[in-house]
This record gives sequence, C-alpha cells and structure tokens, in this order.
Amino acid sequence: MSRTALGMPAVRPVHGHGRLHTAVPFPEAAEAELGNTQMRANIRHATHTIRGKRARVVEELPDWEELRSAGSAIKEQVMAHLPELLEQFEANVTARGGTVHWARDAEEANRIITGLVQATGSTDVIKIKSMATQEIALDDHLEAHGITATETDLAELIVQLGHDRPSHILVPAIHKNRHEIRDIFLEQMPETDESLTAEPRDLAEAARKHLREKFLSTSVAISGANFGVAETGTLTVVESEGNGRMCLTLPETLITVMGIEKIVPTFEDLEVFLQLLPRSSTGERMNPYTSMWTGVTPGDGPQDVHVVLLDNGRSAVLSDPKGRSALHCIRCSACLNVCPVYEQAGGHAYGSTYPGPIGAILSPQLTGITSEQNASLPYASSLCGACYDVCPVKINIPEILVHLRDEDVRTQHGERSDDGAAAAPARTRRTPKAPSQMDLLMKGASFVMSSGRRMALAEKGLPLGRVVAGKDRAISWLPGVVGGWTDERDIPAPPRESFRNWWAGHAGETDQRLAADGAAGPADVPHDRPGDAQPVDAPHDRPEEDR
Amino acid sequence: MSTAHTEAKAEILARIRGALHDAPAPAPAARTYRRTSGRAGAEVIEMLEDRLVDYKAGVHRETPESLPGRIAELLGASARYVVPAGIDTAWLPEETAARRAIADPNDARTPSALGVRELNAVDAVVTSSTVSCAETGTIFLTGRPDEGRRAISLVPDHHICIVPLETVVELIPEALARIEPTAPVTMISGPSATSDIELERVEGVHGPRRLDVILLG
Repeated sequence: MSRTALGMPAVRPVHGHGRLHTAVPFPEAAEAELGNTQMRANIRHATHTIRGKRARVVEELPDWEELRSAGSAIKEQVMAHLPELLEQFEANVTARGGTVHWARDAEEANRIITGLVQATGSTDVIKIKSMATQEIALDDHLEAHGITATETDLAELIVQLGHDRPSHILVPAIHKNRHEIRDIFLEQMPETDESLTAEPRDLAEAARKHLREKFLSTSVAISGANFGVAETGTLTVVESEGNGRMCLTLPETLITVMGIEKIVPTFEDLEVFLQLLPRSSTGERMNPYTSMWTGVTPGDGPQDVHVVLLDNGRSAVLSDPKGRSALHCIRCSACLNVCPVYEQAGGHAYGSTYPGPIGAILSPQLTGITSEQNASLPYASSLCGACYDVCPVKINIPEILVHLRDEDVRTQHGERSDDGAAAAPARTRRTPKAPSQMDLLMKGASFVMSSGRRMALAEKGLPLGRVVAGKDRAISWLPGVVGGWTDERDIPAPPRESFRNWWAGHAGETDQRLAADGAAGPADVPHDRPGDAQPVDAPHDRPEEDR
Repeated sequence: MSTAHTEAKAEILARIRGALHDAPAPAPAARTYRRTSGRAGAEVIEMLEDRLVDYKAGVHRETPESLPGRIAELLGASARYVVPAGIDTAWLPEETAARRAIADPNDARTPSALGVRELNAVDAVVTSSTVSCAETGTIFLTGRPDEGRRAISLVPDHHICIVPLETVVELIPEALARIEPTAPVTMISGPSATSDIELERVEGVHGPRRLDVILLG
C-alpha cells in the first residue's frame, strides 16, 4: 500500500441515495413535531415500556458485557476483512443454488429487484419489514413499474395503510396508539367493521385475516436480512409475528436485500448476535421466530433465491476510521428508546430512514456531511451517553457525533471536503468566510478558560449576571449570536459565587469534621498544596442547610 | 454472470479496499462469554419450562407411555392433523374416524405433499425438534425427517412440538453447535406474537397461535 496516501482514501468515497436525506433540517422538523402532543405521549409511553423490559432481560445475563465486547470485536473484524468476506459469502450462496447481485446504490438495487420480479411474471410481492428496502424506497420503485408490494409486518402494514412514514427502526408505527391504529384499519381494511375494538389482540387478529390470503397466493417475497454468514452463505431473519416465516417459506421466489455490512465471518458468530439482538431490541430473551436459509433447499421453501448486496454509501462510511463503527449497528433500536431527544422529537424529525442516535451518525455519513440537510443531524443530541451504554455492539455514538460536528464545522469553513482530496472551496457546503461572531466568541472563551487566573477574573462578573437576570432569576434575552440560545429558552441566573471561590473557603472542612468525629482523618494523605487547608470560618454566604 | 454484475462487484470491492486505506488490524474477538453450561440437567429442564410458560406456550411433561394420550387430549376428539413422514408413529394417538394424521413427505415436489391450502385447512401439526435452548426458551427445527419441511409447522394454527429431554441445553452457543448451519432452520420461542402496538406483547398473529411443547423423557 502506498504510504503517500496515508490518511486519505485512495478511492473517492461514493455516497448513498434514497430515503437518507431529511427534507428539512432537524431543528425545523423537530419544532414542527414537538407540537404534536399525541405523538409525543405515544412515543413516551412506548419507549419507556421497552426500556424497562430491556433492562430486566439484560440484567439477567451475567456475561452481558462480555457479549457486547465480543459483538464489537467481531464487527471490527468484519470491517477489516470485508472484501474477502463478501466474496466468500457470494461463493457459498452460489454453491447452494442461490444468485448474488451487487448494487452500487439505491437506484441499481431497485433496478435489479424490479427486473427479478418482472422475470417471474408476478405483479404482486409480499414483503418482510426491512430497513434496507425502506432506505432505497423500493416500494415506490415497484409501484412505478406496476408491481404492488404488500408490507406484512404489522407495524409496516399500519404505516403503509395509513400512508404514513416509519418513525422507529423496530416499531415503525410507534407514533400511533391503539385507537389511531383501529381507525386506520377500519378505513383501509374492507373486511373490518365497527365491531373491531382497539385491543391489540383484536387488531393483530384483523391483520391476520387481512394478510392470510396474500401469504397463500403470492409467489414472490422480498426480505431484508439481519445477518449473512460468509463461511456458509447462510441468511438470517429475526422476527416475531410469523409474517417473516410466511414470506421466507411459501413463495416460489425470494429476493433478499442486504447491506454489505451485515456480514459475519462464521456461523459460530451468530451465538453472540442472537443473544445481543432480541434483548436489546424488543426486550425479550428471544424473539418468537428466527429463520435461517442457505441458498436453495430442494423441496423446502423458495426454489428461486436471490441476494442483493447493497453498498449505497456504506463504503463511504467505512472510509472514515473515526466514524466507521456506525456500520457495526445491528438495528436493534435500543439507542432510540433511551434517547431524550428522540423521545421529544420523534422519528419523523430525523427525516432519514434511520432515526434516533444511530441515525444521527449513520445518515450524514451515508450521504456525506456536505449534504446540507443532513449536516444538522449530528447536533440532534444532548451527548448524554445513554445510547452508548445500551448499544449491544458498543458503538461510541457520542464520540462519533462530536467527530461529525467537527467535520461539519470544518466543512463550513472550507477546511475539508468529502472527496478526500485537498479542500476545494467549490465543493464545500458554504463558501469560506471571515471569522464569524461565533468564532470570535469561541476564541475569547478559549482565551479565558485556558488560564486559571483569567477564569477567576471572569467569575468576578457573576453578580452582574444576577442583576441582568432580575427577580425571576432567569436571563431571557442576550444580544448578538448568543441570542440564538435565548430565543428558545431562558438561562438561569448565575450563582452568587463560583464553585472555585466557594471551595477555596471549604476545602479544609473534611479534615476538621473527621477530627471532630474522632476518626483517623486523611491526614496521612499528603496535601500537595498546603493552601488547601482553609479555616472553616472563611467568609461564605451559603446558608447552613446547604452543607 | 452479466457485465453489470461484474462491473458493480468490482467497483464495490474497489471502494471498500480504498476505504480501508489505514489497513485496520483489530484484535480477534475474545469469547469470554459463557459457552458451556454449569447447571445440572434437571435445573436446565426447569428453566426451559419456565421460559416457555412465560411465552404463553403450553408445557407438558410426558413419558413415551403417556405421550400418545397427551397428544390426543391436545388435539381434541376431532382433528385432522399433519405429521412429517419421519415421525415416530409410536408417539401418535390411535386413529379414529374423527381424528386422523396426514403424513407429509418432507418434499414439496412429491405428489403426496400437502399444498398450502390443504395445510391451511388442517387443525394442527405434530413435529419433533433438533435442540432446545433453556436460557432463552427456544426450540430449533432443522428440517430433519421427524420435523418436516418448514411449511407444515407454519401454516396450521396449532403446533404440538415434542422436545426429547436429551436435546435440551442451557445456552445459545451450545444449541447452535448442535445444528447443521446449511439446513433450513426455524427457531421458535413461544407462539407467534407482536409488540408493534404500543410495544405490548400480544400472542397470536400469523404463525401458529397455539404452541404446545411436550417435554419427553
């Protein structure tokens, strides 16, 4: 490998297309969604239910952390050996009577799949819920070619019948409650009537009746895949309802769309992911059904089996060593369920097929951070870290968010572009400009905060802030660029005194209390700064009960 | 293979190789998680039973002698049910005018194989199983002669599944080690269910809505 190319991809990354872009930047989309109180209540209820279930079943496994580490390590291996693993996978699928197709982008995948369906002569297909086919907007493409695709997963069916968009990776209809779902069914399913209740049991029964005939009569199915095993050519679909089994078993032709990152090296590796995924995803010890198939099994299931391997920007994600672990994602959606931003804004605000924390790092990398709309996604986070804690494959989402914010800022300043070559202003998102007010502000903050003495001086200004805040102890207006903050919220008045000053007056108290209690104090711990010990009666204005 | 196939494949592989410009060399995965059970056999069986009940499956413990009676009871007096051709017929109850087993040859290409509509019209299916994982309450079917092809354990609404006690293991790694990877595998953890409405689990959607597991030993 040429060392001259160090740090730069030798091949220019090619980004993805399809349902990966937000129509409007996240801040605007989120503002609109925040007004939908019903949706927020629905999401809050659902995410809190699933959080509790997940925590209980994760707690049950003594080796959860070991499983997470193994999952993370296996995925790193996959990324490092991806070309060989993909070729091995193709060879094994082919040897067992399946056909492998390669799609550079959404458009090519749609073309391949439509061609395969047309070759069967069928104008109907049944589908298993799949993020990859959502991403490439396959249903729209099929429709444009006279092919009707029926979603068979209950939530996807609700979304499809409601002419809605998915808002969650696992439960795309999470934003709808049972009453809203009943209304959709009543309106869209001719076989239902007013006797249909809003009980989930009745709604599931209605879906069963609605889809039964489709399952028995449709000759082509389209699925995604949770895992593809390189060593054997085995594909895996994890599901609950049995609609997956129906699609994978009864039709004559089966077309599976799989992102190239879904490969695992060995069959043995599934022992890790089949433990991590269901517990993280639905909060169950195991999902009701998991199907595995390897090419064609004569006399059992589809006899015409295809796999479409999809790039659509994944190789571009891989080209950034600091961001590539976003490809480790196994689409469990645990990060959505714990995210305070997702809980308030909902999945639609993210625009892309991939919402929530994982979407905030995956979508802008798939499309390139220079994509104007997706550049706001890495900011859709409070960086609280809850997503990292629950991620079954330990993707450090907060770290990647910060990295992408940095990429975005540098893009805005013309310091980088996405073709990996030296920054060319023509390719940057916004033309480079003179230092902004924000730049100057940050420079100033850096000057103050980098010196203890300057910081202490600055803190002397705190009482001034209290004056600005007034009686309600809130600063509701600030001038200039920082005013963007106070447009949306108040800033609490600063404290009377900084922590640094307060500590200077109280640091010695621990020793004195211990001495008063007659305990052996930490006196033998050497104080490297004699000035730490201060008299307890040093001036302070904190009320007694504060201590 | 077509030119389009070759071109697309070559380009994707070139993109990936280009993306790995830093030649990452991660350490191999450490498999320090539990891979073999430390529990006694009886405890493992109890765990499986507990998990299955939690999933709202019916669980029954039988001996070879009591098994046909239990299956008869679960089927009811009147039932047409399908069985894989390779099933041990000693397990099955006596045929009556109203209760009849239909053997499926485990190959859809055989003329005597049941079509999907015939399967949709039968009341139940009785199969054996390859291995079961207690910790997750999961039964593995792998298309062997006494388990049948996938369609027969999917379309009928009631699945009676026999789990011989010697096929029960505690952990997922132990279970996966006992199956043939290239076989058509169906892992079953309770009856068909959905969590799609308000994330509340509801049993019974498209797969068999009733699952009875018979622990045989």
